[in-house]
Amino acid sequence: MNFDDTPQEAAFRETARKWVASNAPKEFEQELSKSSLGRIRLAKHDIVDVGKAWQKKKAEGGWACLHWPKEYGGRGATPIERVIWQQEEGVYGKLTQPFQIGEGMCGPTVMAWGSEDAKRRHLPKLASGEEIWCQLFSEPSAGSDVAGLRTRAEKKGDSWVVNGQKIWTSGAHYSDFGLLIARTDPNVPKHKGLTMFFLDMKSPGVEVRPIKQANGMQEFNEVYFTDVVIPDSQRLGAVGEGWSVSLTTLMNERMSIGSRLATGVPEMFEFCSNLMLEDGLAIDDPAVRSKLASWAVKSSGLKYTSYRAISSLSKGERPGPENSIGKLVSGMMLQDIATYAMDLQGAAGVLTGTDEETAQGQFQQMLLSSPSMRIAGGTDEILRNIIAERVLGLPGDIRVDKDVPYNKIPTKGR
Amino acid sequence: MNFDFSDDQKQLRDQARKFLTEKCSPKAVRVVLDGKALYDKELWKGLAEMGFLGVAIPEEFGGAGAGHLELCVIAEEMGRANAPVPFSSTVYLAAEALLLAGSDAQKKKWLPAIASGEAIGTLALFEGKGNPSPKNVKLAAAGGVLNGVKKPVADGAIANFAVVAARTGSGGRDSDISLFLVDLRAGGVEVKNLTNLDPTRGQAEITFKDCKAEPLGAAGEGWSILTQVLDRAAVLCAFEQVGGSDRALEIGRDYALDRIAFGRQIGSFQAVKHMLADMYVSATLARSNSYYGAWALSTNASELPEAAAAARISATQAFQHCAKNNIQVHGGMGFTWEFDCHMYYRRANAMALGLGSLSYWEDQLIDRMRKKNAA
Repeated sequence: MNFDDTPQEAAFRETARKWVASNAPKEFEQELSKSSLGRIRLAKHDIVDVGKAWQKKKAEGGWACLHWPKEYGGRGATPIERVIWQQEEGVYGKLTQPFQIGEGMCGPTVMAWGSEDAKRRHLPKLASGEEIWCQLFSEPSAGSDVAGLRTRAEKKGDSWVVNGQKIWTSGAHYSDFGLLIARTDPNVPKHKGLTMFFLDMKSPGVEVRPIKQANGMQEFNEVYFTDVVIPDSQRLGAVGEGWSVSLTTLMNERMSIGSRLATGVPEMFEFCSNLMLEDGLAIDDPAVRSKLASWAVKSSGLKYTSYRAISSLSKGERPGPENSIGKLVSGMMLQDIATYAMDLQGAAGVLTGTDEETAQGQFQQMLLSSPSMRIAGGTDEILRNIIAERVLGLPGDIRVDKDVPYNKIPTKGR
Repeated sequence: MNFDFSDDQKQLRDQARKFLTEKCSPKAVRVVLDGKALYDKELWKGLAEMGFLGVAIPEEFGGAGAGHLELCVIAEEMGRANAPVPFSSTVYLAAEALLLAGSDAQKKKWLPAIASGEAIGTLALFEGKGNPSPKNVKLAAAGGVLNGVKKPVADGAIANFAVVAARTGSGGRDSDISLFLVDLRAGGVEVKNLTNLDPTRGQAEITFKDCKAEPLGAAGEGWSILTQVLDRAAVLCAFEQVGGSDRALEIGRDYALDRIAFGRQIGSFQAVKHMLADMYVSATLARSNSYYGAWALSTNASELPEAAAAARISATQAFQHCAKNNIQVHGGMGFTWEFDCHMYYRRANAMALGLGSLSYWEDQLIDRMRKKNAA
């Protein structure tokens, strides 16, 4: 048992470290290291512009999507090299946020199901950040039950005509392409009538509308499709095979090992170490210590769980299912920590300004944003189902709509 | 990075599992549970023959001379099997105290006897309620004899010798505590077995009356040695707790697959599935924290105090959580003596107190994290 690199890994790390040292945009280092709770904002620059510049530089140096084959814009690196790169990229990795859905989900789907032409045309530009991709799966009536989606694609000659609405689309407003799943046959059970496409987000009939979120910010969008024409050459997989194709996408989402989720624990520890209560420092209070300790061991537990997965990668093995717990644990923890930090602030906790006495309002921000951590990318409940079914081998839910043709499923307001 | 046990260590784990599945069935555990024996003597003998008792004891003292990582994988299996033997008191506490502080003569006398299964050892630290603290040690040592009462002492009724924490100074400071080695079969010792939460591991009261004792380690160093012993034992116990958590989760999962209610397997209800998924989460976090503890223990890293506390907290929480909800998954059947669920429930809650309570270790963790942050 050790934390050491193998000689090859150490050599790779050295190369990566040198490259980052001489190429990273150091002027943003401080700002990036401060934005720790999933919210990245640069005071004077647009994160997308700065991100694109960094991604382009990485692509030129052979450090973009490095686990992809070279001919598609990658480096042909091993999974463990990818993890080492992420560690060495450090805070600058936060600049890759606009590309994560493309790199982590859309790209792998195109790689697995796209034609050779499509791969050569799209993957290198996706890798270099020149073109940004978004994922168009969720709908107002199809969130956890995504296979119940309604957006229709109808074949007209060599093309498909799409009508419907998608929601929760991160980055749709700055994306160039989208990965779209739509219903092509409503007369068969819901999982069997779906087909996957990709499309140019500038196509006529595509309208992107930002959603104002519960925390007051706008990061997600609704995307409306009105008679949008998609050539059949932009279909991924067979007609009716969309569900299987989507599983490639979702599986890749869950394989993203090494991406560290914010837990709020370091912030909370620092806050409690400095907060003066009536009887002394918060961190000397037994109740505070007990809660802090419980959170600290969850956070370290997640860290070492990812180390176990990295070790499997290093040995060339497939990581076990342990990593599926990450978002479930950290999402709830963020919310609990935020609530408790404000409790310690007492009456002033209600204020959302950036005062010293409320720790610059970071926990108030965390409180308002944390509900989305427990929903996006699989709700806590869906994640528990996944653990129960795929890890523990418990039976799937009894699905009353499983063998019913989609257009016969009872619904509200279709 | 290789944050995992080696193939040899995994093989040892498989070997231990096979052995314990055969020799330590729930039926065998019940002999001790039902009070028909104080511990499973046959199993103890078998563990010695397998070389498990002395796995981390150096060869020169009759052990296998492997190491703490090997001991961790065996500990995990002992926890899975709910083994009714004095493994933790003898191997994690008494042997570790000897290894850390014993003189050559003391090591030569006791370590080979531990490895061969002839001697059972324990640590006599507690004196009634309260957590590990020099202030709570009242038993006095003067003129080479001990006077006072220790309770609870794990496996005290079956132990041949004990490492005893005694007060040699007048205050309640760390430096007022020294350790002594006592042959419990000699004079001046009175042992009374006590009823406790987990009858598969006994607890006793030991009264020392002008009992002859030899020092273990330097005078005034007792608390510092004890702290190290407790840290090591915390990691090793965490592996037992991880093994117990996994087993309780498995039993619950199997029952959820087997039991039919409302015309379907109860494991198809989300209320049950989610309970089991949460148990898996706890058990996974505990395992990962314990791996880190194992690394720190095996390399004697400066991170050990923090890693041990984290492993202890995480594994205690996980075992309590899994044992409790295993009963809940079973419904009424889980509350019968006949089903095994209560054995894990008893073990989980007894283990949660053995080296100091959860809140004690939470306190320790915060202190140790602050110390690191300040450094």
